[in-house]
Amino acid sequence: MAEFLAMGGYGGYVWSAYGIAALVLGTNALLAHRAERAVLRELARDLDGDDDDATA
Amino acid sequence: MFTFLHKYASLMHFYRLSTRWSSVLALVTAVLMAWGLYGGLVTAPADYQQGDSFRIIYIHVPSAWMSLFVYMCMAGAGAVALIWRIKLAEIWLRASAPLGASFTFLALVTGAIWGKPMWGTWWVWDARLTSELILLFLYLGIMALDNAIEDRRTAARAAAVLTLIGVVNIPIIHYSVEWWSTLHQGPTVTKFDAPSIHVDMLIPLLVMAIAFTTFYLAAVLARVRSGILAYDRNTSWVRELVGGARGNAHG
Repeated sequence: MAEFLAMGGYGGYVWSAYGIAALVLGTNALLAHRAERAVLRELARDLDGDDDDATA
Repeated sequence: MFTFLHKYASLMHFYRLSTRWSSVLALVTAVLMAWGLYGGLVTAPADYQQGDSFRIIYIHVPSAWMSLFVYMCMAGAGAVALIWRIKLAEIWLRASAPLGASFTFLALVTGAIWGKPMWGTWWVWDARLTSELILLFLYLGIMALDNAIEDRRTAARAAAVLTLIGVVNIPIIHYSVEWWSTLHQGPTVTKFDAPSIHVDMLIPLLVMAIAFTTFYLAAVLARVRSGILAYDRNTSWVRELVGGARGNAHG
């Protein structure tokens, strides 16, 4: 295992590259998901506002 | 009336279909990533010249391919948006830009991390690296231009024009290693006669490339859905969708 992590002496380079890739892709997945949720929330709020107008 | 119905229906249908596709694509991405990472980090033999440092290839090359692929998708969408004024194409272009910028950033950063032990330097101003850096600036420029214009449809067309102008950079990136002498190595995989790479090294690379593509599609579809909702916010189907979701949440 230690040998695997050492990557023949290039461990620092290999794992930092993979770590940054995981971070960037993970952030993208999260942001894409959050953007969709945010639009749905915003539209729901608008719809609530419209309902209030209608009843007022 | 018919064209109105057609446009209205296409965004609605695409929204519904894409929710199904996204979960399939996410699952496929997870499986392929696991396979590609195991193959690339564990079963592939170390390179006879570069040792284990070559394993950075499994994220560097798919990122670099995707940086070009996403740009060509955006250029195609941009052309469709400008010629036929198709809303879905405008939305797709806008949704792709941050993903393309991310892949370009990853290609540059992982390349620098790979370059340090192999070339002895993080960065050189040679043709391949510089043209890829310009690609990153193009992506950021497209996003900035899109954000600077308030009307969403006008903004999308402006972004489409800038995207199409930037297409000139794509063949420059691709052929840069042949046109100019450069520190960056030539193509390893796309040589048709015989790829100069061992099959145990090649298969994880192709698997990772497909995984990056399905990741892009899953992520872009989520962003496209946000864009569709924003465009169609005043239509009855979005109101029903939002109202229904709210009802479920409360009930």
